[in-house]
Amino acid sequence: MEKWPDNKAWLLVLPVFVIVAFSAIIPLLTVINYSVQDIFGPGQSVFVGVDWFREMLQDYRLREALWRQFLFSGLVLIIEIPLGVLIALAMPKRGWKASAALVTLALPLLIPWNTIGTIWIIFTRPDIGLLGAVINNLLGIPFDHTASPLDAWITVMLMEVWHWTPLVALLAYSGLRAIPEAYYQAARIDGASAWSTFLYVQLPKMRGVLTIAFLLRFMDSFLIYAEPFVLTGGGPGNSTTFLSLYLVKIALLQFDLGPGAAFSLIYFIIVLLFSFIFYQALQRVGKGETV
Amino acid sequence: MKVRKRSIALGIYYFLLLLPIYWMLNMSLRTNASILATFSLFPTDFTLENYIKIFTDASWYMGYVNAIIYVGMNTVISLTVALPAAYAFSRYQFVGDKQMFFWLLTNRMAPAAVFALPFFQLYSSVGLLDTHIAVALAHCLFNVPLSVWILEGFMSGVPREIDETAFIDGYSLPRFFITIFIPLIKAGVGVTAFFCFMFSWVELLLARTLTVTNAKPISAIMTRTISATGLDYGLLAAAGILTILPGALVIWFVRNYMAKGFALGRV
Repeated sequence: MEKWPDNKAWLLVLPVFVIVAFSAIIPLLTVINYSVQDIFGPGQSVFVGVDWFREMLQDYRLREALWRQFLFSGLVLIIEIPLGVLIALAMPKRGWKASAALVTLALPLLIPWNTIGTIWIIFTRPDIGLLGAVINNLLGIPFDHTASPLDAWITVMLMEVWHWTPLVALLAYSGLRAIPEAYYQAARIDGASAWSTFLYVQLPKMRGVLTIAFLLRFMDSFLIYAEPFVLTGGGPGNSTTFLSLYLVKIALLQFDLGPGAAFSLIYFIIVLLFSFIFYQALQRVGKGETV
Repeated sequence: MKVRKRSIALGIYYFLLLLPIYWMLNMSLRTNASILATFSLFPTDFTLENYIKIFTDASWYMGYVNAIIYVGMNTVISLTVALPAAYAFSRYQFVGDKQMFFWLLTNRMAPAAVFALPFFQLYSSVGLLDTHIAVALAHCLFNVPLSVWILEGFMSGVPREIDETAFIDGYSLPRFFITIFIPLIKAGVGVTAFFCFMFSWVELLLARTLTVTNAKPISAIMTRTISATGLDYGLLAAAGILTILPGALVIWFVRNYMAKGFALGRV
């Protein structure tokens, strides 16, 4: 069905445009302005063109942080999307159990991000934390995320999966609930197995919500800051210094606004580019399946 | 048999999900000295001291009040502007519609760290620094686009014949929208409100940058417990437990909408 062509619809979009543009455009222009200047202090700056961009692109620590970030976001998507779908499939469908399951599932999502890091510090400390104590004392495996890079990665991944898989599960669950019972009956009459029901009925119907889940998880995991900052501070060494952590190190701790701004813009463009590719690809996959 | 295995696996997942939260609850009911002295699965020397401190000290409990005020404002503003816009995207074709839609989404993609400084300058230049509305407006940057995205999905699930019939019956667009259309997508409104609440409640960097004392949220206040003697884990855990409650209340109200179909229009 074709949409009604009418440019007056812009009037309905205008309030959104104004309110988002107010917070979006001026800060973006300011950051672009910083990125081409060397700033010594208030009112003292020199135009340096693309020098900061060149410097940032040649910074090997930035490149290392970038690869670390890709690995992290990749693992996040590979683990959280299928796990979330599995949880949604197993959740109770109606009654008080469904309500209880939904409310409990959402709990990790409602905790401020720095508090998440705090919870996991408390939870994984070998002396006072449950997880830390069980692994170190009960199983006798030395596990310390402040000393071993691998342990730090495992802890950050556990925290991330614990924190965000519920979002994927919530979205997938609501997608599943929107499938009319008639679809399942038809599949049963055709003698479809559970697997083919999933593949040809449930999965295509979850396409829309999974697109939202996939893109939200990609963007937010790529921009992750507060949780690893509180938990590991980027260490041990630089092993969990993700892009945002390195950015803060440059821009705020060393107070290098110019390079920081250039870094931010490069960062922004990477997220934008990948989101655009995923967005296009997921839309195309969807069309192929529903035909 | 298969169903049983499935619910056992789900049970294990929920057990693991609740474990860190239980641990925080356990810590919150003990004194810091006891936490550091003995490892215990249960609060051995049960105390409400940490909670009493938070509820009697204005510099603590005002953090919750401030956060609830700006999160509430943000949710109302986001829904008010996103509803008509989502309708426009779902019903009309207009110049630049697709570009506009994607531009809105791009506002979620900028790393907040460096952008926080221009935000500070912008809001102090218009005299809004350290007010609730400043944080509410700043959070609109990512909540409004998300609201438009979610609501557009719900709206596209409503057949356009309903609009056409109403217009033939002589309804004006605003009247149709408020009396017929919004009730049809109230599940979507509930779910969107939950997402706005959630993302505004948990955001830290912008909220901390834009507030000094009057509007400082609890998440920023919690960093104060780091003192010369180290972290006060008991107090921190109690504050953490209390940050979960408002959101849990919100999801309790929208749980049926969640269950009934976020995806109505997206399928």
